[in-house]
Amino acid sequence: MPPPGLIVRQASLTFGDRPLFHGLQARFDAGSWTCLLGRSGSGKSSLLRMIASLRLPDNHHLDLATSDGAPLAGRLAWMAQQDLLVPWQRVVDNVMLGAHWRGRPKPEDRQHAERLLDQVGLADKAGQWPDELSGGQRQRVALARTLFEDASVVLMDEPFSAVDAITRLELHDLASRLLADRTVIMVTHDPLEALRLADRILILQGEPAHLVSIPVPEGARPRPLDNVDLQRRQAELVTRLQESAHA
Amino acid sequence: MLEKIAPGRLVRPVGALVVLVAIWQLVLMLTGVPRYILPSPTAVGSALIEQRALLAHHAGITAIEIVAGLIGGILLGLATALALARFRALRRTLLPLLLISQAIPLFALAPILMLWLGYGLGPKILMAMVIIYFPVASTGYDGLRQTPQGWLDLARTFGLSRRQQLLKVQLPAALPSLASGLRMAASAAPIGAVIGEWVGSSQGLGYLMLNANARLQIDLMFAALVVLVAFAVLLYFGVDAALRLSMPWHRDRVESGP
Repeated sequence: MPPPGLIVRQASLTFGDRPLFHGLQARFDAGSWTCLLGRSGSGKSSLLRMIASLRLPDNHHLDLATSDGAPLAGRLAWMAQQDLLVPWQRVVDNVMLGAHWRGRPKPEDRQHAERLLDQVGLADKAGQWPDELSGGQRQRVALARTLFEDASVVLMDEPFSAVDAITRLELHDLASRLLADRTVIMVTHDPLEALRLADRILILQGEPAHLVSIPVPEGARPRPLDNVDLQRRQAELVTRLQESAHA
Repeated sequence: MLEKIAPGRLVRPVGALVVLVAIWQLVLMLTGVPRYILPSPTAVGSALIEQRALLAHHAGITAIEIVAGLIGGILLGLATALALARFRALRRTLLPLLLISQAIPLFALAPILMLWLGYGLGPKILMAMVIIYFPVASTGYDGLRQTPQGWLDLARTFGLSRRQQLLKVQLPAALPSLASGLRMAASAAPIGAVIGEWVGSSQGLGYLMLNANARLQIDLMFAALVVLVAFAVLLYFGVDAALRLSMPWHRDRVESGP
């Protein structure tokens, strides 16, 4: 089934008595990778949580539609900044955590999980406990768990911000390859990450905030670091983000 | 688990025990305390051997009370913790009552239980259950409540029901916290059973101790105490070992201690 696009017709969020955004509109095209940037406290993570129907402490409202008209529930996978591996399941069981938690996993679930572990390069770690892995390895297991859900929409909240720079670049390549053809919305603080991965970059800026679309570099993602256009855009994007604080 | 009880790890506790017994003997020789106040280690040792049939009979009774109380108290405490975590209305009504109930001196309940349930095993088992119930319920509920938000987010995007979330996510996440409650329960269970026996009974180690005391069989009284202590220690380490087995992912951290 082709992935749906998402249409935010109307999003509002109030933090205390301060409106972070009101009547916000956005389109996320089917099968495209969108990066959502903005200063801390701009409400970008909250917007992502709203789309995922996760709990939020603040007053919020969202009117969301899908391009194919079918509900989003059941077609969505979530990846957070923390890897969220549970310590009481072995690595392979963490990949198939959804199957464990929803009921009794089938033998083919385990085979599927093992294949995914192989794809993220951790086939030999299947029987280990999560505590025995490094931070980068754990995040790769989290990526495999996200893939296991086989969701056509993937929401990611700063998924690679807790790992070192080199590991992050490796994770970009891996995620970009494995999540091709899905509708991805990724919140990030890292301009370079956005420029490497995004089909579209949106900055949440102003008060109350609105979304500003930023042109992305040429070339297929993940764009290599020596992409000349990427380097030029990076300076531009950083300037935009600095300005957005005062806008 | 077996490698844990390696001979090397037993040297220190056994050594400490030998030193304690030596001090005991030394105090007797130096102060000349009469035998009916403090019997010698050898007298207690021979009472243990000569009266083993009697001791075994009463120990069996007490063991049944402790184990039944422990199982009942754990099940009831766990059920309470789950119900509290699941139903908000129950939290509002039951939680304050539960906290207030801790102000009741539990030992004072023993005569009432005796009055209602008679002299048999019932009131002793109930006494042990009452003592175990609260630490299990409170540590269990605490653990269930403190599930990291990230796991609950994940459960929600996986499409889990509230019940699935409680049993598949919150319960395993609460195990380390619950384990400390279960260890407390294991050390409290013998207290409950013996208190029950002291208030009124015709069998059990608590009864044997009172009876031996009245007949000035102080060495038998001490022998019963030794058996009781052995019970408490075995129970604690048994529960501890079971908890480690049920949390294999926790093993490394626990064993890396000094």
